[in-house]
Amino acid sequence: MAAHVVEAGERVLRRRRRVWIYLVLVGLAVFFLFPLVFMFVSSLKPDGQILSDLGGWRAFLPLGDISLRNYAGVFDRVPVGRFLLNSVIVTVAIVGAGLVVNSMAGFAISRLRWTGRGVVLSVVIATLIVPFETIAVPMVYWVSQLPTLVFQHGQVEYDFGWLDSYQVQIIPFIANGFSIFLFAQYFSTIPTAIDEAARIDGAGWFTIYRRIAVPLSGPAFATVAILTFLPAWNQYLWPSMVVQDENLRPVMVGMQYFFQDNTAWGEVMAYTSMITLPVLVVFLAFQRAFVSSVAASGVKG
Amino acid sequence: MKRKSLSIIVAAGLSAALALGGCARASQDSAGAPGEITMWTHSAGNPGELAVYKQIIADFNASQHQYKIVQQNFPQGSYNDAITAAAAAHKLPCLLDMDGPVMPNWAWAGYLQPLGLPDSLINSLLPTTVGRYRNTVYSAGYWDAALSIFARRSVLDKNNIRIPTVDKPWTLDEFDAAVTTLKANGYATPLDLGAADTGEWWSYAYSPMLQSAGGDLINRGTMKSADGALNGPDAVTFFTWFQQAFTNKWADNSGPVGNQRFIDNKVALSYTGVWNAKDALAAVGGDLLILPPVDFGKGPKIGGGSWQWGISAGCPNADGARAYLKFSFQDSYLTAFADSQVVIPSTASAAAASKYFSDTGALHQFAVLSQKFALARPATPGYPVISSTFEKAAKDIMNGAEVKSTLDTAVQAIDTDIKSQNNYGF
Repeated sequence: MAAHVVEAGERVLRRRRRVWIYLVLVGLAVFFLFPLVFMFVSSLKPDGQILSDLGGWRAFLPLGDISLRNYAGVFDRVPVGRFLLNSVIVTVAIVGAGLVVNSMAGFAISRLRWTGRGVVLSVVIATLIVPFETIAVPMVYWVSQLPTLVFQHGQVEYDFGWLDSYQVQIIPFIANGFSIFLFAQYFSTIPTAIDEAARIDGAGWFTIYRRIAVPLSGPAFATVAILTFLPAWNQYLWPSMVVQDENLRPVMVGMQYFFQDNTAWGEVMAYTSMITLPVLVVFLAFQRAFVSSVAASGVKG
Repeated sequence: MKRKSLSIIVAAGLSAALALGGCARASQDSAGAPGEITMWTHSAGNPGELAVYKQIIADFNASQHQYKIVQQNFPQGSYNDAITAAAAAHKLPCLLDMDGPVMPNWAWAGYLQPLGLPDSLINSLLPTTVGRYRNTVYSAGYWDAALSIFARRSVLDKNNIRIPTVDKPWTLDEFDAAVTTLKANGYATPLDLGAADTGEWWSYAYSPMLQSAGGDLINRGTMKSADGALNGPDAVTFFTWFQQAFTNKWADNSGPVGNQRFIDNKVALSYTGVWNAKDALAAVGGDLLILPPVDFGKGPKIGGGSWQWGISAGCPNADGARAYLKFSFQDSYLTAFADSQVVIPSTASAAAASKYFSDTGALHQFAVLSQKFALARPATPGYPVISSTFEKAAKDIMNGAEVKSTLDTAVQAIDTDIKSQNNYGF
């Protein structure tokens, strides 16, 4: 009987503790949601009201003169559909090609035995300490001198200069030192006995990479995909420098369209809501995979 | 299987190499087709301004058949990065606009060639809309902007504060007394100086106050040192006042940027620009006062020099670019810019035709302020460094740093930069 009472008391205590934990978690979730709520709510308000509501709870509530005018204003000011399409093309290409190129490089460094691979890995890691801003201007010069094929007058011709193109936004960012390092680390955890068995069965290195290493490295691929997706989607400085044609600009450069002498804050919020939505959808759709991949690969974002 | 894949790759590679070796170089180079004049603006996202450009370009292209203007628009925030990158890649457009104070740096860096417009045209423009570097005109603009102090007549009358005029602006003592009175009578922060803003705004907004007090950003006679100008007794006196304006809670840096606090009547006086006048007029109506800047001792001053047009050094169609610019400086276009953007037209005749800036226009006062008090920022290639150094020093002082030593450090940074660039050719 006494044991029964003690057990019931412990159950109540456990329940109370859980309620408190959930309250704290809900509080934290609300805290982290504030910026998003502010953004979406402000996208429905006129500029003056956004600024007047700052500093109070009204900033987070859809009160006052609520409308979709800011969204209409965004379409008047910015070719938002075109910018979104460009960002999707650039991001998908960088992430997709990056997974292939970097995993192959990581595999070569981790599994193949060749002279100088340690030095190569060191050089790859050393690239991580060079800030992009320091090499941006020289890179502009280089890409402006690179040869390219041009299709015009019904035939293939060549020219020099990659400015104003998709490839200039994609190719420099496919190979990524951190991704190579991460793949190399992950592949090194796969037992080498599997490679040896495959070699005995007649498999070449590419077959081992494709049929064995890749299927066993799902978490590493997911992690690299996440870590390269966001910087690719958020590219700003590089496209500002190398893309002059409005039809090729990505979404983040479009953000600057709203910062005139008088900033159209309502339209800024509407635009950011529109360009954040795809990222949120991707995150929500793959939330479980993201969390498990980060946990499995031991990388924090 | 493996060999088949390899042979496909090799075949594809050979085909690509053969195609590349056999094909001709594309005929169109970066300068565009013959007679094509590339033109970059900082106006992306500004439909009013772009509409006027579209009209000018359509009219110019239709007026002759020798040249064709091809326009590209960039957002203002990334425009200078695009220009710097294009210069590095030798891909600058023929025609480019630029913020007035940046022009000397671009001219010194070899981006620009002398403008070469007729003297009669240059002389008809407001002096601050003409960009001169080492006695040569490199740029000219369709408009200028101006700063003033916004106030409500009813508020000043209620507090028995004299309304200053262009001929008799507030002295510093009067101004101090006015903000003290306003603070005592209900305004927790009576003055919005715009200190929440960042970047070049700081030198645009506050260096005229320093100049009104007798200091400056640099010794303009030589352009070789800021010593004595930025850290002399007049500068120390001004920055001591500037610091006290914040410690006395006359002003703060809490924002938001813009003029909303004045519109909401949370501040009584707002130091802001012509670009906020239309909204203020709509909100406050006839009660709005557009007041001259404070006289800190050597006469009121405001910053001059807004966006201007230049021709790149490597432009293959410079004559065409000049023909376009000459064509574009028609009063009807200047008035259209002025009324769509609420900026001060660069000619008196265009101002006379403007809805806002004619003698009877609601914002005529800005044209007067610009004519009487505007002072261009120092025309030196070192201005970008001067400006960022000034911003850092002024912010440090606002936050309580010791005035003289902070200014000495700023002078040292500016002078070091000038020396490292061989005095920028001065």
